[in-house]
Amino acid sequence: MSFQPVHFYQTGTFTVGNRLLAQEERSVQANMERTNSLNSGHRACQGCGEALGARYAIDAAMNAARGRLIAANATGCLEVFSTPYPETSWQIPWIHSLFGNTAAVATGIAAAIKVKRQKGQMGDVRVVAQGGDGGTTDIGFGCLSGMFERNDDVLYICYDNGGYMNTGVQRSSATPPAARTATTMPVGPEPGNAFGQGKFVPAIAMAHEIPYVATATVADLRDLEYKVTKAMGMRGARYIHILVPCPLGWGAASQDTIKLARLAKETGIFPVFEAERGEVTGVLKIRRPQPVEEYLRLQKRYAHLFGKKPAVETIARLQAAADKNIRKYGLLDQEAN
Amino acid sequence: MLKQTEGSHAVAEAVGLCRPEVICAYPISPQTHIVEGLGEMVKAGEIANCEFINVESEFAAMSVAIGSSATGARTYTATASQGLLFMAEAVYNASGLGLPIVMTVANRAIGAPINIWNDHTDALSQRDSGWIQLFAETNQEALDLHIQAFKLAEEVSLPVMVCMDGFILTHAYERVDVPTQEQVDAFLPPYEPRQVLDPTEPVSIGAMVGPEAFSEVRYLAHAKQMQALELIPQMAEQFKQIFGRDSGGLTHSYLVDDAETIVVAMGSVLGTIKDTVDDMRSAGEKIGVLGITSYRPFPIESVRTALQNAQRVVVLEKSLAVGIGGVLSTDVRMAMSGLQLHGHTVVAGLGGRAITRKSLRALFGKAIRGELGHLTFLDLDWNVVNKQLERERTKRRSGPAAESMLRDVGVVAARIG
Repeated sequence: MSFQPVHFYQTGTFTVGNRLLAQEERSVQANMERTNSLNSGHRACQGCGEALGARYAIDAAMNAARGRLIAANATGCLEVFSTPYPETSWQIPWIHSLFGNTAAVATGIAAAIKVKRQKGQMGDVRVVAQGGDGGTTDIGFGCLSGMFERNDDVLYICYDNGGYMNTGVQRSSATPPAARTATTMPVGPEPGNAFGQGKFVPAIAMAHEIPYVATATVADLRDLEYKVTKAMGMRGARYIHILVPCPLGWGAASQDTIKLARLAKETGIFPVFEAERGEVTGVLKIRRPQPVEEYLRLQKRYAHLFGKKPAVETIARLQAAADKNIRKYGLLDQEAN
Repeated sequence: MLKQTEGSHAVAEAVGLCRPEVICAYPISPQTHIVEGLGEMVKAGEIANCEFINVESEFAAMSVAIGSSATGARTYTATASQGLLFMAEAVYNASGLGLPIVMTVANRAIGAPINIWNDHTDALSQRDSGWIQLFAETNQEALDLHIQAFKLAEEVSLPVMVCMDGFILTHAYERVDVPTQEQVDAFLPPYEPRQVLDPTEPVSIGAMVGPEAFSEVRYLAHAKQMQALELIPQMAEQFKQIFGRDSGGLTHSYLVDDAETIVVAMGSVLGTIKDTVDDMRSAGEKIGVLGITSYRPFPIESVRTALQNAQRVVVLEKSLAVGIGGVLSTDVRMAMSGLQLHGHTVVAGLGGRAITRKSLRALFGKAIRGELGHLTFLDLDWNVVNKQLERERTKRRSGPAAESMLRDVGVVAARIG
């Protein structure tokens, strides 16, 4: 390739101008022929991380599937804001059944496609399932684990904004410790969500030893596109867990969505990695280490930690959790330190 | 071909002949033998081009069925009892989306107390789910109804539940006539979906519908069931032409024309009732039977026509609407509106309690003599009930009721059969 690596960082960010890249390396979104699978005009909030993540993920999947893709969608923000009928933003065949059954619905779609292909009634059509963290880590978890365990030919994408935002910001099993939600209010001796609870579904997905598991954030959309494309190149059960900041639920400014996603990655709060058959095969290294405080301060859901008497101990516990991620996943390059 | 076979296996063979494309299953008694049979047939290649999926719950079973049916595959599953309740949310969703899934319900009681034996409370709990519900009287009819169910489901684009009595039918070995593939192919055309997830013609299915159209969409579901009311007798007629058997239809009546007393019931108990009626007819009683095959849609007109010249109606049902009495009787009474006749609800056979000819004869005799009340629990052991009520009156911590009552009953096996 005919470019100098220095060009990538010339603006001080990860921004990569497409003109600097070879044709095959250019972003799906930069392509005039992109499908706009989740089209404009939907009713997501300003700065919605989920809408951004879904747009990139599904267009990348469509690109990889050569336009032959069916999506199953859990109940939740993405479902509601994209289909206030008679309007729909979906330019692809799309089905919403229930809150907790999306992985199973996708299994059924994949099974039907397999039979139709055997009969010569259908070409190769691929399946994605998508849901928020509530629909994935809580109510849809049984169906998700079943789909993983059977290694059904489905790419499941979880848009994790750390709570039930569609119903008014209640706690889910993906809500981080100390965060304020409508059901973990910042009151009492231990304000916000409890420590020592919750689950990290990417690790559980890896325990199923499925072909591919990855995490991503909307701060690095090229990485997201790469992971979706890679997942679509494989068969069997695949899982991508995308951190998508929610301005409403997190009490953050709309323009800070990307910044927050980047800080989640740079602080180690949210490890960005990929794994095949249960083994981590790659991590996105932290480029400029940041204290978790930088991430927390931008969000009103943590405002109770920064009152007149800052909750130093709680902030330290959150920092310790981030440090643990950094050690566990090897998020820091030794040379960078 | 005539065969001596188990009811479950007869159903599995019938489903196999319908050329299913996706079958998903989760085990629950007494439905297990059906899906075991199908699983083996798919694995052995006897059913070609079919995916058999062992899922992790009944909720997943119905959800997989929703996905595959929406992608244009002929889809089948089976369940019973707690399984039907566990999938209830998806049961409503399948009919709401208008997906022609066929499901066997091997009728079984609902707990607590946990009980694996037959009654109809499972299927009747889903009477408002929007599914068509057909009740088989015999194993032959169970087999035949499955073939009709696929055709009916796909014609009106609604799911169909074929209900057959758990154990009494599912596990009974009887002679059944298994049709040929040619016969089934002549009756059942390939599935042509009304809506399908297809990348060449993308649609959104399952969008939110607000107050502006919700009533209309729901009314359409009702209208489709009313269409099914017309279609079900037509399909039974077409079926007869190809297979040479009377099976299905809305109702089966037996000696009702001159009957002063008509017993209404569903499922396999109709056989015992008919035997009892034969005995009573030879003793000079004018008594007949009306069997309901199509519970949803409920054939109000057919029932009304059958009952209009009778003096009394006894609805004998294997279900209990706690707090009022009957489930089926409520619908039968709707059909009786304006007719001057005595109506009796009899709750019988709950959790597998045997319904004997002796008990039925005594019961119908009481009805004829005008001694039967509005609501009767057939063969209820009042000693056991009263003892428990007394215990609860006298002791605050009276303990778990079912366990205390079982202790009072003593030997459990003595109560079955």
